[in-house]
Amino acid sequence: MENIRYDLITAVPEMIVLGMAMLVLLVDLFLKQSNRIAIYVLAQVTLLVAAYVTFSTHTPGVGYAFTGAFVDDTLSDVLKLMIYLGTSLIFVYTRQYIQVRNMFCGEFYALVLFSVAGMMIMVSGQSMLTLYMGLELLSLSLYTLVALDRDNPRATEAAMKYFVLGALASGMLLYGMSMVYGMTGSLNIADINNALMGGAKIHSVMILGLVFIVAGLAFKLGAVPFQMWVPDVYEGSPTAITVLISSVPKLAAFAFIIRLLVQGLQTLAVDWQQMLMIMAVLSIILGNITAIAQTNLKRMLAYSTISHVGFVLFGLMSASINGFASALFYIASYVIMTLAGFGIILLLSRKGFEAEHLDDLKGLNQRSPWYAFLMLIVMFSMAGVPPTLGFYAKFTVLQAALQAGFLWLVVFAVLMAVIGAFYYLRVIKLMYFDEPLDHHPIQAPLDMRAVLSVNAGALLVIGLMPQGLMSLCVYAVLGSLS
Amino acid sequence: MIDFVEANKSASTSKIKNMTFFSLHFQDIVFYTLAIILLIAGLRVITTRNPVYAALYLVLAFFTAAGIWLLLEAEFLAIALVLVYVGAVMVLFLFVVMMLDINLDKLREGFWKALPVALPVGGLMAVEMVMIVGVRNFGADVVATPAARPADYSNTAELGRVLYTDYLLPFELASVVLLVAIVAAIALTLRDRKDSKSMDPAKQVLVKKADRLRIVKMDAVVEDAEAPAAAEEAK
Repeated sequence: MENIRYDLITAVPEMIVLGMAMLVLLVDLFLKQSNRIAIYVLAQVTLLVAAYVTFSTHTPGVGYAFTGAFVDDTLSDVLKLMIYLGTSLIFVYTRQYIQVRNMFCGEFYALVLFSVAGMMIMVSGQSMLTLYMGLELLSLSLYTLVALDRDNPRATEAAMKYFVLGALASGMLLYGMSMVYGMTGSLNIADINNALMGGAKIHSVMILGLVFIVAGLAFKLGAVPFQMWVPDVYEGSPTAITVLISSVPKLAAFAFIIRLLVQGLQTLAVDWQQMLMIMAVLSIILGNITAIAQTNLKRMLAYSTISHVGFVLFGLMSASINGFASALFYIASYVIMTLAGFGIILLLSRKGFEAEHLDDLKGLNQRSPWYAFLMLIVMFSMAGVPPTLGFYAKFTVLQAALQAGFLWLVVFAVLMAVIGAFYYLRVIKLMYFDEPLDHHPIQAPLDMRAVLSVNAGALLVIGLMPQGLMSLCVYAVLGSLS
Repeated sequence: MIDFVEANKSASTSKIKNMTFFSLHFQDIVFYTLAIILLIAGLRVITTRNPVYAALYLVLAFFTAAGIWLLLEAEFLAIALVLVYVGAVMVLFLFVVMMLDINLDKLREGFWKALPVALPVGGLMAVEMVMIVGVRNFGADVVATPAARPADYSNTAELGRVLYTDYLLPFELASVVLLVAIVAAIALTLRDRKDSKSMDPAKQVLVKKADRLRIVKMDAVVEDAEAPAAAEEAK
């Protein structure tokens, strides 16, 4: 009995989010169209309460619940808080966008909350089964969200692609997990590690499992050569969903990798290091070079995501505490950057108009110098120009890789980052030196303008003072890995 | 069949009794029969041209897989597989296949074009996987054979115990995933059709007499007694 009480207390944030998702679905039925804003408030309150509970129950120790299938440690708490914050920003940015497109409904908020719950489970999963269930909860909600604008053929096509390829990736992941289970006899991450530490398992079988697991993970993360869904899904989905897909789930995917590869299969580190290295290099090449050819802003950001994932893999393949902390720092910075970037795109869109082409940014400086400046910070940060956050993120990741002895790869990555700077700077050129094609005034609610300004401003402020975020990342990684 | 010969080779070298080629246990005979049928059925699912046949071959595959599970003493799972998959899922599947008019030629387009690449890649992967997941790594001399359970051992009770204790969290999460699937299915397919004749009970209850019934004031008319007769004659 005492056990169950402890289990339930540990999982209170998850239960809050799940319960509130169901409540949002129910409340939505009884609301008039004019009072619909209540579900938005309800969703925001959910995140706030969950954040409060996560924060107030935080301890530096590690607690296991549900017979070891669930863990509450520093990494899970820090990542959960980041997920709440990111999702809350997404709610603010997307409210107007989905209102004018008739997507403002209970299902949207309920499904986003379900996907948040899925991410929280992924972050806290300590058995392969829990991790997989969290991943499926997240993916299933995302597939639906992409297709939610169902009269839009592009969105439906994107959802179909995402669903079919995502199901394939899940299958690969499960096959790899079954191999690991067959060799170690346990689904539990800690038990797997102990079994691998304890005795000589057949190496080739473990490698086969590892290959499938890494392939599945790479797919979910969008790393080359499993990236083919990323540009199509980013472009096809409504921008309100693209911002969700491209941002917070990456935090959960990071936790997934840490749990499975680092905590579970650390004895195979030499093998997965090589796999991650190949994917990192390919992602940086393909992401940066293909992005140059794009005229669609969302597609360009999709390829930019692929290259950012490559940099994250640089941190992970270093396989040191330093490397993991810098990878976490990179992912967190990436989420802040991408939220601000898509926030601007959402800001420029209006009823019947999608700002998704590079030409739509032309002359933004004349229309609104402030938003042009915010976009400038975002683009500088993505390109990695000092003193923005993106520079420091790239710097720490490459430093960790350098310490791990990957000198030539680091030189190569820096060269690729320089190539990548071209297409970010082109956006800035379009905003400042071209004549605007579109003269509509920019309309946005006050809260969105304020939050967006803070979000983009944070890139500059944290870029100048990265110690706070960095020590948070080190704290999170140290607390759960050592 | 390669596995079969290999198994016997390793068995004869390790001198295990009753495992020679000519004196198979009854269980072995059942297993190999079921396994061969399962493989053929699985192959036919993807090679047959008619989707209805493919679905029926899948039913056969499920039946034989259930038989193999019975051999492994997983009675509950075997029965659940037959009841749920054969009884419910596949019947539904058959209905869908029969209702949809699937153009198979279109599905097969590009098959021959992709074959030169797909066949070597697929074949290579299959060979690699057989080499790794074969008898060498998972044979009887590597993985210990599980001990047979006593006759009064309840597979169902054991499964229930584990499901609600050790695997409580994944089990509950599975239910949440199903809930999301329901929400998704409804959100994506439910449409208010303009031409549907559905009723709204709330509106029906709120109806007042005045909405349906119109009372018309008319002057009293004195009936002419001869008029009906005259009308009859007119016909």
